[in-house]
Amino acid sequence: MSEKGATVIPVPNDFKSDIKPVWCPGCGDFGVLNAMAKAMARLALRPENVAVVSGIGCSSRIPAYTSCYGFHGVHGRALPTATGLKIARPELTVIVTGGDGDGYSIGGNHFLHACRRNVDLTYIVMDNRVYGMTKGQPSPTTETGWTSKLAPHGTGLNEFHPMAIALAAGANFIARGFTGDPNGLADIVMQAITTPGFSFIEVLSPCITFRPEQKEWKKMVRPGNLSSTADPTLAARQIFADDGMNLGVLYAGERPPYQPPIGLATGSLADLEAAFVL
Amino acid sequence: MTELQANAGGSPSAGIPESVSIALVGSGGAGVMTAGNVLLEAAALAGYYALMTRSSGPQIRGGEAAAMVRISARPVECMDESFQVLAGVDWENVHRFAAEIPLATDGLIVGDVDHGDAPGVFAESGACSVSLPLAKLARDIPGGRANMVLLGFVAALLGLPERALRRAVESLLGKRPAAVEASLLAMAAGRVAAAADTRRALLAPPAAAPGARWLMTGNEAAGLGALRAGVRFVAAYPITPATELLEWLSPALRSVGGVLVQAEDELASINMVIGSSFGGVPALTATSGPGLALMMESLGLAVAAEMPLVVVDVMRVGPSTGIPTKSEQGDLNIALHGLHGDAPHLVLAPNSVSDCLATTHWAVGLAESLQAPAIVLSDQFLGQARATIDRPGEPEPTATRSLANTAGEDYRRYVVTPSGVSPMALPGTPGGAYTADGLEHGERGTPSSQAADHAQQLGKRRRKLELHDYGGRWADVEGDGALVVMTFGSTTGPVREALRRLGDAASGIRLISLRLLAPLPGARLAEALTGARKMLVIEQNESGQLFHYLRGSLALPERTTSFCKPGGQQFNPGEIGKQLLAWSQS
Repeated sequence: MSEKGATVIPVPNDFKSDIKPVWCPGCGDFGVLNAMAKAMARLALRPENVAVVSGIGCSSRIPAYTSCYGFHGVHGRALPTATGLKIARPELTVIVTGGDGDGYSIGGNHFLHACRRNVDLTYIVMDNRVYGMTKGQPSPTTETGWTSKLAPHGTGLNEFHPMAIALAAGANFIARGFTGDPNGLADIVMQAITTPGFSFIEVLSPCITFRPEQKEWKKMVRPGNLSSTADPTLAARQIFADDGMNLGVLYAGERPPYQPPIGLATGSLADLEAAFVL
Repeated sequence: MTELQANAGGSPSAGIPESVSIALVGSGGAGVMTAGNVLLEAAALAGYYALMTRSSGPQIRGGEAAAMVRISARPVECMDESFQVLAGVDWENVHRFAAEIPLATDGLIVGDVDHGDAPGVFAESGACSVSLPLAKLARDIPGGRANMVLLGFVAALLGLPERALRRAVESLLGKRPAAVEASLLAMAAGRVAAAADTRRALLAPPAAAPGARWLMTGNEAAGLGALRAGVRFVAAYPITPATELLEWLSPALRSVGGVLVQAEDELASINMVIGSSFGGVPALTATSGPGLALMMESLGLAVAAEMPLVVVDVMRVGPSTGIPTKSEQGDLNIALHGLHGDAPHLVLAPNSVSDCLATTHWAVGLAESLQAPAIVLSDQFLGQARATIDRPGEPEPTATRSLANTAGEDYRRYVVTPSGVSPMALPGTPGGAYTADGLEHGERGTPSSQAADHAQQLGKRRRKLELHDYGGRWADVEGDGALVVMTFGSTTGPVREALRRLGDAASGIRLISLRLLAPLPGARLAEALTGARKMLVIEQNESGQLFHYLRGSLALPERTTSFCKPGGQQFNPGEIGKQLLAWSQS
């Protein structure tokens, strides 16, 4: 931490651990780690009051690379784990991280219900449209004609549309960022953390190993091209006219988060037991 | 007219009826369950021990239903092999219950004159029949119903005091004063009808004054055990027959400052529970076989990441959807062996309705103090049976988690300790940050693919369960004969009663009802088997899962055999007694 007078001002490095990431050189996920660290520092959070929860995949390795509490669970179940943690410990800041396979395929059902439940979580999906850890299979967001060993003729399937689904399912904050736009991404992460309820960020995070063509994304993205609205109808129009390369906040709603009261007893065990006494 | 004999249970003190079993049956909406609950509670209020189970047709609503109540002067933990009274509001589709309601040859069938004779399958038992104008008597009372007229008749046969009946009706229908009055009048009409009848199923007088007993289901008992142990977070997905446990817990948790979350599926339930536990709030989920199967991968995560949690599995007939409304002890294999890799965890089984409370409480404490998942194997019978139990003792202090409250620079979450238990830092603790991981890891929690780290952490996780002193609760050991009957869970009740009924003939038989199934307390079990000449393992599943588990785990008496049957119908003391007699003489 850098010290300025008596006040300790956190810097991004305070939020990183000394563990070396397993990612390939040039992986987009480094940018997400940096943006998260930057956002947490700017918000002056304490690492011990933040929990980063993930499932399985390249991007899901992030928790251990932060200096926060981390939970690296099973494939696809990061959102329920984070939901349990946040409801049990509402004072913590809980950030959920993962990839497109983890979040939209094996964890797809939890994505729908996390949007709908609207617990105060920030969900960052690093979307590279491929399974990297298992060496290059198509994910739900992979383009229909992309060929691979597992799908030599392409998937023949329509691509999943995460932002439209998040909007329809009830997420309270929806945005798209790009790892090549670190400051813009850090801004979005800050907004997501500070907006109550379920915040969903789709991050275009190139996989230069299995999808080298994604290096071109930096020429294709349009920062600030999404205009934030609290009107779901306007947001829906915008997202269905979108080609996936517009960046910014799409939707910031005002739905109150789901947080059942915990730690506030309204009765006692003795009262409960009395009901059984003959 | 003959006197209706209650079942003396073949006990040496024959002559004093030991229990009376009554089945109330009828079509959906006939009020069978209400009548059953009033009968159960009235008997309990009158000082008897009573137990009620229920059965119903496959329809979601409106199908035929049976409330089966057993009343006794001494504790009852299972249903009897014969019923003394079959009382029908009507007989529509009631023949489907024939296997569940075997009538005593000297039993009594009571029905409504308007509905004709009981199905032949019941009349064949030799029981005598009596027809009453139930519906007609009910029509004469504003708001009166035939089920309550029938109940009044049955209660009079049993000699249940009116005061107890009144209190039971008020307890169940108290929110609707008009219904209470109508019910009381209807019961009075039934009682008058019984006055003309000389048959009586007189019970031995109550053994103790009322006041020191509770009335609850095993599902409620398990829920209360969880709350007593400090569980304040529950996430679950509805599933028969665990749903009532969740429905009891939902408002109960709220009242003690806890939370119940209805998850989108069991995969979410178990991971929400893991998340809460990571945050330091003791957590539990309840499910049945299909849900437990879905949770297996994440139970392995809880083993690897050393997260305490409890899963109550209210077992039903499997595999697959099986028979959701019927009991079976068929999930023992998956509970013991369903996790991939070497994944030491706890498996416990309550052996009575009241033990659901104590064992769930114990399971939470073990999970918390050993930082491991615990599976509690209840079942449909225990979970849904409503029974009089002796008042549970005051809650004992619950074993708690070892926390790293002042973690620092050198904090190692998975540090190898002599006990195998490492202090856990909770989020919010400065200097304690670590990443809990399903990946194998070293002492700091950092992922590792080194064989040495794997061996070290596997050993630590096994050792902490093996070295723990589980005290005397690991089993109920009764008697010291050279012949050992081994069982677990809800089969214990009928085995215990069978042994009691055998009296002197069972003096050479020792009962061991295992409560701690994993880790199997080998040394204690070996000690409890000292001097055993032969052993019979009794359980309710088709393949003898406990038998094979014990065979594979430790040295057993040379002549160890299995007596098992699939679920769908509980063991009764009579069939077990016959088996025990033949086995002990062989």
